[in-house]
Amino acid sequence: MPGEDASTGGGPTSSVASSVEAVFREERGLLLAALVRRFGDLDLAEEVTSEAIEAALVHWPVDGVPARPGAWLLTTARRRAVDRLRRDRSAAVRLALLQAEAERAPAVPPPDVAGDLPDERLQLFFTCAHPALSAEDRTALTLRCLAGLGTPEVARAFLVPPATMAQRIVRAKRKIREARIPFRTPGPDELPDRLPGVLQVVYSVFTEGYAASAGTDLQRADLAEEAIRLARLLRRLLPTQREVAGLLALLLLIHARRDARTGPHGELVLLDDQDRGRWDRAMIEEGRALVRVALTGGPPGVYAVQAAIAALHDEAADVATTDWPQVVALYDVLYALAPSPVVALNRAVAVAMRDGPEAGIALLDELAGEARLRGHHPYHVARAELLRRMGRLPEAARAYRRALELAGTEPERAHLRRVLAALSPPGISG
Amino acid sequence: MKYMLLIQSASNPEELDAATAADGSTFSDWVSYDRTIRDSGVHVSGESLADLTTATTVRVSPSGERLITDGPFAETREVLGGYYVIDVPDLDVALDWAARCPGARGGGSVVVRPVANFDA
Repeated sequence: MPGEDASTGGGPTSSVASSVEAVFREERGLLLAALVRRFGDLDLAEEVTSEAIEAALVHWPVDGVPARPGAWLLTTARRRAVDRLRRDRSAAVRLALLQAEAERAPAVPPPDVAGDLPDERLQLFFTCAHPALSAEDRTALTLRCLAGLGTPEVARAFLVPPATMAQRIVRAKRKIREARIPFRTPGPDELPDRLPGVLQVVYSVFTEGYAASAGTDLQRADLAEEAIRLARLLRRLLPTQREVAGLLALLLLIHARRDARTGPHGELVLLDDQDRGRWDRAMIEEGRALVRVALTGGPPGVYAVQAAIAALHDEAADVATTDWPQVVALYDVLYALAPSPVVALNRAVAVAMRDGPEAGIALLDELAGEARLRGHHPYHVARAELLRRMGRLPEAARAYRRALELAGTEPERAHLRRVLAALSPPGISG
Repeated sequence: MKYMLLIQSASNPEELDAATAADGSTFSDWVSYDRTIRDSGVHVSGESLADLTTATTVRVSPSGERLITDGPFAETREVLGGYYVIDVPDLDVALDWAARCPGARGGGSVVVRPVANFDA
């Protein structure tokens, strides 16, 4: 899309260009959602969104930036869309239908008081995260349509070639169009079924950014920050949904530790060894306030409980004074809500902190048969760590080596190599 | 927009866990679903198919020779047992009808496919 590279030119138009970029970044999703609602066609909406940006690049340097840039872009994009539909004979019928529908529809709601564009993005969230799309497609579409990333950026986020990502997005948009996945916000009765899908997309963007599953960078903070932006947006759009508050709280409470999580050479620093003075206090406070919202007024959801666990870590001065009995109790609640071997693993680690490594090892050994944990390196790291604390060093070394075979990122592997080297005195191999 | 609901039943009911097997549909569930879908005005067509053991497969070779075989037999996990074609505004409504179909329970599934529209 030509509009997306507009800011790289420099020269006399660069200040206008960067202001267009800012508008584009801020309001692209708003614009796209409003156009999708009007025309029911994601491709058309994306094309005319870009055209409106290009038109702004031509007109704004001459005429100045309009007082209501969002409204200017929307009007321009709408005109372009109508022009396109008129040129396209097969679309003429559809245009007539749209006009008939528009006449039947109630008067246009007053624009959002905060901006000069109505906010229709919630519908777009639900379309992009529709369960009829594959999990990868949901994440890719959400990043593109709601975070406003271009296809090359989405491809980079998933470490796939841009052409692969472009194909994936084309295929997903084709399914939306041809299977007629609607652009609508689910009713209150459908929300409990559909909201978890939307939250899952945002969470998976975050985890992808937090611990890149492959590659040399331990974390890709930009993706984690995109996820937080999306979660903040959802919180504004669905202020009464406590799990949305829970998700935002969880992301903030984890992301608050980002600076302490890597050492000066990009190496991994585990929670135990992090300099807690480098944690982002403001972010922790914001997260804690949201946890209270998420836990108040009914049974908690899975994100609220995970956020509460993260808050207990963030509030503690160090590992020793962490409220481990409370952490274990919260993992019990989480396991009752969403039983999974990974939750059982985390609970076992917390039990080891509360009752000693022997108790933890007993629980981990019970989980040894779980297929999902056999190839999950944190399981082997946890075992290795507890065995080391119990002085069972050869077994610990074996578990570290198993973890090393499975770990995805180079910083994680480097960390495991360092621990393993410290475990066996020079000259002796285990 | 027309969608076909392909109703697939589990071909090996004995492999199901107890809770799923006990969740199977009764004849009266089907009668009631069929009446609801016809009364709602979305129904275009629908049939249930006779047992798979009565099926016959036809293939024609490049030379025009007919190859007729008995079957197919239930080699796959699920067997097409019937279908509905419905006319509804969008996929969400179609998915809703599929979820209400007794064939979606008891280890069965309903595949929702848009009917191709070559006039669009």
